[in-house]
Amino acid sequence: MTEIPGGHHSGFLQSNRADKWWIEPLWTGLGFLAFVVYTTWAMFQGDHYWWSAGQGGFGGYLSPFYSPLIFIKQGVAGAAPMDHAWFGSWPGWWPKLIPATPAILILAGPLSFRMTCYYYRKFYYRAYFMSPPACAVEGISQKKYKGETLLLVFQNLHRYTLYIALGFVAILSYDGILSLFRNGEFGIGVGSLILIINPILLAGYVFGCHAFRHITGGNQDCFTCPNGKTSVRYKMWKGVSRLNARHMFWAWISMIWVAFADIYIRMVSSGKWIDYSTWGY
Amino acid sequence: MDISDIKTIEHDVIVLGAGGAGLRAAIECSMHGLSTGLVCKSLLGKAHTVMAEGGVAAALGNVDSRDNWKVHFRDTMRGGKFLNNWRMAELHAKEAPDRVRELEEWGAVFDRTKTGLINQRNFGGHRYPRLAHVGDRTGLEIIRTLQDHGIHQGIDVYMECTGLDLLKDGDRISGMVAMWRETGEFVIFKSKAVILATGGGGKAWKITSNSWEYTGDGYGMAYEAGAELMDMEFTQFHPTGMVWPPSVRGTLVTEGVRGEGGILVNSEGKRFMFDNIPDRFAPETADTEDETARWLEGDKEARRPPELLTRDVVARAIRKEVKAGRGSPHGGAFLDIASRRSAEDIQKKLPSMYHQFKVLAELDITEEPMEVGPTLHYFMGGVRVDSDSQMTCVPGLFAAGECAAGVHGANRLGGNSLSDLLVCGKLAGEGAVKYLESNKDEINLDENRAREIIRAATDILNRESGENPYLIHEDLQETMQSNVGIVRDDELLTLGISGIDKLWNKFKNVKADGASQFNPGWHQAIALRNLLITSEAVAKAARLRQESRGAHTRVDYEGERDEWLKVNVVIKKSPDGTMSVEKVERGSPDPELERIANLSIEELEEEVQREAGQP
Amino acid sequence: MSLRNFQIYRGDGTVGEMKSYQLEIEKGMVVLDVIHRIQAEQAGDLAVRWNCKAGKCGSCSVEINGKPKLSCMTRMNEYAEDETISIRPLKAFPIMRDLVADVSWNYEQNKRITPFKPDPSSKNESGDYVMMQEDIDRVQEFRKCIECYLCQNVCHVLRDHERKDAFVGPRFMIRLAGLEMHPLDMQDRIPDVKNSYGSGMCNITRCCTDVCPEHIQITDNGIIPMKERVVDRYYDPVMKLIGLIFRRK
Repeated sequence: MTEIPGGHHSGFLQSNRADKWWIEPLWTGLGFLAFVVYTTWAMFQGDHYWWSAGQGGFGGYLSPFYSPLIFIKQGVAGAAPMDHAWFGSWPGWWPKLIPATPAILILAGPLSFRMTCYYYRKFYYRAYFMSPPACAVEGISQKKYKGETLLLVFQNLHRYTLYIALGFVAILSYDGILSLFRNGEFGIGVGSLILIINPILLAGYVFGCHAFRHITGGNQDCFTCPNGKTSVRYKMWKGVSRLNARHMFWAWISMIWVAFADIYIRMVSSGKWIDYSTWGY
Repeated sequence: MDISDIKTIEHDVIVLGAGGAGLRAAIECSMHGLSTGLVCKSLLGKAHTVMAEGGVAAALGNVDSRDNWKVHFRDTMRGGKFLNNWRMAELHAKEAPDRVRELEEWGAVFDRTKTGLINQRNFGGHRYPRLAHVGDRTGLEIIRTLQDHGIHQGIDVYMECTGLDLLKDGDRISGMVAMWRETGEFVIFKSKAVILATGGGGKAWKITSNSWEYTGDGYGMAYEAGAELMDMEFTQFHPTGMVWPPSVRGTLVTEGVRGEGGILVNSEGKRFMFDNIPDRFAPETADTEDETARWLEGDKEARRPPELLTRDVVARAIRKEVKAGRGSPHGGAFLDIASRRSAEDIQKKLPSMYHQFKVLAELDITEEPMEVGPTLHYFMGGVRVDSDSQMTCVPGLFAAGECAAGVHGANRLGGNSLSDLLVCGKLAGEGAVKYLESNKDEINLDENRAREIIRAATDILNRESGENPYLIHEDLQETMQSNVGIVRDDELLTLGISGIDKLWNKFKNVKADGASQFNPGWHQAIALRNLLITSEAVAKAARLRQESRGAHTRVDYEGERDEWLKVNVVIKKSPDGTMSVEKVERGSPDPELERIANLSIEELEEEVQREAGQP
Repeated sequence: MSLRNFQIYRGDGTVGEMKSYQLEIEKGMVVLDVIHRIQAEQAGDLAVRWNCKAGKCGSCSVEINGKPKLSCMTRMNEYAEDETISIRPLKAFPIMRDLVADVSWNYEQNKRITPFKPDPSSKNESGDYVMMQEDIDRVQEFRKCIECYLCQNVCHVLRDHERKDAFVGPRFMIRLAGLEMHPLDMQDRIPDVKNSYGSGMCNITRCCTDVCPEHIQITDNGIIPMKERVVDRYYDPVMKLIGLIFRRK
């Protein structure tokens, strides 16, 4: 630690702050790390992502980590029936080295959205890149600091990941409806509630996205032109702005919930937990 | 000391002060191609204009289409108790709308009406909703607009530079000696014209809404240079300043609170303003709670609540309640908006008031009433200038804004200050442009005088020992607060004048410790001279004026006296160095203006409507 | 009333030290009151910059216990009785003396920004500009800025990495946002926002928003929308195509 004129402490992780500034980056850093570790583990399992009490027909619970099912590998415990696959059974050309798990095909989609999200960027730049670790706390000073102009210029593609995420909101909403049926029979279980809440929370997060806010109305200089009346876009933008103000909340709650949904289905599918439901089987 | 060691900066015109008036004057000068230097004590954009909250008065007629410059003029004259300079009040009312529209052209973003025009709000003494505003931070909007526009006009800005005294070549202005606050080094500005826009001198009082900058620099410098001061006895006490906690005593609570419906009550819960309506305003003021409630709902037939009477009236009424033992716990009155408007409305319309009380007084104004009391706020008087050119009797010396006298007479209406800045700032700029057109010959710097000015400043540092500048200032504030306050009499004023005399003697031996770099003690000591000149002028003018008019209240001479309406009190430095205080006859008004000012409001409204109906 | 301990930086940009002071604190005092009291009673030449003392002018920015704050709006009762309170000048700018920093760099940045240019066709028949409140709400938020430069001071791009050459800082990003979103303005500053003012240097870590005494949502409402407009122009071929087809502004 060196002290520079002004009485300021200078050097890596140095600050004059007397409060516990490291608590926030520590907790957010650990929290997200836990999510990444679990997600990676769950992705590689490739099993117990489906539950319909052994029934066929329309309906069942599908873990959001595995939705949509592009291909399905048959003969795996807790796998979905074949008719849920978009393109049928697992391809033969799939390299042996990579586990044959449906999650691996799709998880990059939602993950790319979260990783380029303006809120996630805030906390992971702080927690992992120490750039800066906290306000008025010094990180690694770089005279050639480039911000998001050079290597990180891809962050500007957040908008494309938004389009992907919007697709996931639709798919997971369908999964929510699917969870209300078992063998074509309407009913409701704890799992249905979890899978219905899941796309709602995700929607709260995706529809509050900064890029979405921009394309709904943020790119306009005038909301009331040309006739002096507020446009539909303005109303949409207002709504998105309201969600956007709590983007951090939606980001975390939707992330925690999606992991919880996977845990729940994994537990029920592997017979460790019982899914209470109206179907009675 | 060798003057040639001191840097000389040459401009066509130097503007001293970068508040609204200074910036507007500088913009006008540079627009006309003059090389313009803008000198300010603080950083650019921090001047006192940012404190103006409520709005800028201009008869745009966006909210009430009956508004017209004539009604604004009449309101201003009546507010000023007819002591205003007629021509200046006319120019002010006529030009204010254009000055406001021009700000929009330069990027200002005023609150809008439902139809997308500049919104206007009610304010004390204004007949109609007239104040163009931005929430309660209108001053900030104006100064930022002028600043952002001005920096692209080629104005050279000299920040944190204190003007010390003016230089003359014979009778006319040739420049100014100034000091960089950071280094303590001196600088000479050579220019044929100087525009003073230094604001007032509220720092001579203990309880004031003014910041440290308000030390009457323009008054002191103009006085020393041979210019005249006028109407100095009219110092406005804003009725609503914060009274608690002690460290923020005097900080302004915008009149906008009352404009949005806020009411004043005493400790007995009585709305005492109903008992304090002067006869002159009785026909235009509501006298029942019911009528004020209808007014708040927007009923155009309802008359205005008594809380929106002119500032002098409200300030005296609050003082009376406190004196009678019906004050709030910390010696003020209660200002209640919480019971009149929803929390959401208050936060939207008065965000900075909400914030100010929340942070500084730990009080939620959406739930509890505020405690408020009078605070010294504004100088109606100032440097005496020509109404059209804003030039003083010293050729090349101009003044504008609060620094100059004339527009407001004996009392200023809220909102008329921001419009005064813009209108008179522009006029001063134009005045300087015209002056320079007809004065093309070279000027010379008076090096001896420059040396004298610099020596006076450095002596303060070089003395072995002497009086503490902070203590002299404290004494002065105490003296002015207790002797030259809201209510005055001969005895108190005489006491005050002798107190100021004693402080003059102490000042001759003032000593600041430390070095010359950014030394606040030294800066304070330098400002003292101007504060003392200002205080002496106010006290002496107040003692001479034997009547009560507007902001000047004499218990020994109650009521307005006709013979005093005919004169202004004019102050200048006499050849022997003492302060000369004289009554000077006012010119007779333009008959047309006199007619407008004296019409009843019904007659004037009818006339305005008749004219509007004509093709 | 209680006796409290303070540490205040005394010195200039090359040498200086933290000096200890003690002062009796009265109810309702803010940190600026403490500085003034010390100035009047113990250190007549203690340099501090201030003006309005009501949080409206943004002059009295300092770092109190390491946090960038307005000293006039920081109440003493925010701190524990036994806490020593340290007061330092802003770190991101050169020190003039004691608590006064040289913020002139900010004024140079403001001068670089392309000024407002209104569209004359927005006037109605009586010569007034017509703008709806809904259209200016966004702009008015940015115009609340009091130029205290706390955001500039805390921005790590300027504070730690000293990239004043590459980034104008949060204060001027919202100034630009206020101009770009102004319904009357006709100038196009987006290329400059990216190339000259350095929107890409900001990694939206939001400290500017955290310290803003006016509670302006600098990052969410100002900088990110500017970044998104840059994306429209430079990183989004779909928008480019739409732009080509519909010839929008």
